[in-house]
Amino acid sequence: MTFLLQNLINALQWGSFYALIALGYSMVYGVLMLFNFAHGDVFMVGAYIGFFVSSGLLAVAALGFVALPTGVMLALILVLTLIIAMFLNTFVGMAVERIGYRPLRAAPRASAAITGLMIGIILETGNLALFGAQRRSFPTLIETATFQFAGVSVTNKKIMIVLVSLLLMLALHIFVRRTKWGMAMRAMAFDYVVVPLMGVPINLIALLTFGLGSALAAAAGILYGVAYPVLDPYMGILFGWKAFVAAILGGRGSVLGAGLAGFLLGFIEIFVAAIFPSTMRDLIAFSIILLILTVRPHGFFGEPYSARLRL
Amino acid sequence: MLLSVENLSVSYGRIKALHGVSFQVDEGEIVCIIGANGAGKSTTLRAISRLIPAESGSQMTYMGHDLLAYPADKVVSQLGISHVPEGRRLFDNLTVMENLKLACFARSDGRQIERDMERVFSIFSRLEERKSQKAGTLSGGEQQMLAMGRALMSARKVMLLDEPSMGLAPLLMKDVFSALKEINQEGTTILLVEQNARMALQFAQRGYVLESGNLVLEGASANLLANPEVKKAYLGG
Ligand SMILES: Nc1ncnc2c1ncn2[C@@H]1O[C@H](COP(=O)(O)OP(=O)(O)OP(=O)(O)O)[C@@H](O)[C@H]1O
Ligand SMILES: [Mg+2]
Repeated sequence: MTFLLQNLINALQWGSFYALIALGYSMVYGVLMLFNFAHGDVFMVGAYIGFFVSSGLLAVAALGFVALPTGVMLALILVLTLIIAMFLNTFVGMAVERIGYRPLRAAPRASAAITGLMIGIILETGNLALFGAQRRSFPTLIETATFQFAGVSVTNKKIMIVLVSLLLMLALHIFVRRTKWGMAMRAMAFDYVVVPLMGVPINLIALLTFGLGSALAAAAGILYGVAYPVLDPYMGILFGWKAFVAAILGGRGSVLGAGLAGFLLGFIEIFVAAIFPSTMRDLIAFSIILLILTVRPHGFFGEPYSARLRL
Repeated sequence: MLLSVENLSVSYGRIKALHGVSFQVDEGEIVCIIGANGAGKSTTLRAISRLIPAESGSQMTYMGHDLLAYPADKVVSQLGISHVPEGRRLFDNLTVMENLKLACFARSDGRQIERDMERVFSIFSRLEERKSQKAGTLSGGEQQMLAMGRALMSARKVMLLDEPSMGLAPLLMKDVFSALKEINQEGTTILLVEQNARMALQFAQRGYVLESGNLVLEGASANLLANPEVKKAYLGG
């Protein structure tokens, strides 16, 4: 029982990262019918932006203009880092759309997919060229405190990571369901071609979709940095692929599905690693997912696609 | 003159759909374009809405504006031209109300939006009953009403209608056209394309006949209805 609970908590944290990233894949696929294969690297860029912003804020705090207890100061810096990095990464995502994908809107989907891979490589190697090959260690923004109950240990970090992730997903859900922007996104997912006839500027909605996904990816990057404080330019590749798998598993274009499947992927990986040798984690985890997809090729919430691409 | 189209040519890839079409629509008019399958009727409306690019040499002027300088969404939100596309193309995954609200995306005149919404519901009272139902669950007739309601919410200076009679029972068709007459009397200019030539010509004041991408005839509806060629080709003898 404790074993189960303990791993459940670990899985919730691990799944949070996948879920946040998977949402970006899923939204872009839903709205624009393209897989943004650069998204994993946008997550990496978000983590780096978070690194620089938090390091900068720490340096400013060290000047001692504001006297706050250390814990409060660090928490404040974490919140500011999240907000600023999410905001900045929005522009990274929008630039990817504007420069990489918009010129290819009418091109075959395969070209767009390849573009995504190339943008990914550019982001990785660009990072390498700018900041060098050494790994960065994400500054400590939370002093770890461990709570024990019923033999299960939970850290304040884990609680924070899961709560922030859930909060962001809820915010996204409300945005997509309740605002006119979200409505336009849902309309585009259904019938892309006639949305302009509603007076909706679709280029703006495309930017918005990329921006939102990238903001969530930045949040994932920072939360990841808080939990595993080592960043390197290639950190987004495998992580991105796995989150992409989660997006497919959730059902292409389904926001709810992507979130849930992100967590599910986290659960599978954590439990596999808890039972089998860790070298076998991905092998077994992804074999399980392959099996699920054979049974449910549209994923959990994937509606049989009805979007019309022609006039 | 409200809308003037000069020498409009459009191609889909290598297929040329319109070969230099010219026509005009005056303020407050109801004008129809009739033609057989594949004549280029829908293509004409799509070109006006800027959903597809016109070839060089084409000219479209609307109230003194060069239509070709506007992207599709601005044609609706800035010029006031709405378009009910062929096959309705509702957002089935959104509710009736959401479909109507989405059509107001670029509008910020809240008060007027409310009044327009009331007006739409008074013309198409069935829609109000089905406000929170998904558009995909509406009957064919209700879908046509929603498509027109949506167009009215998005812009109401000019309404482009692509085959509003398609798939409607005769009784419902009469309802739809009388609603359109009302909308026209409130000041909306209507450009209609139809395969159902009789219906269209009875409804419109003037008409054009489109044949494989060329306008071959034009005139007052009464004259076209009496024209032997039109009779033979489009009115069943
Ligand atoms: N999306 C498209 N891609 C390629 N060709 C097209 C496309 N849409 C229309 N066409 C071609 O352009 C020509 C004109 O088509 P259009 O849809 O304008 O005809 P229409 O008069 O509206 O016909 P209908 O009464 O059947 O709706 C046809 O030859 C058609 O095959
Ligand atoms: Mg047509």
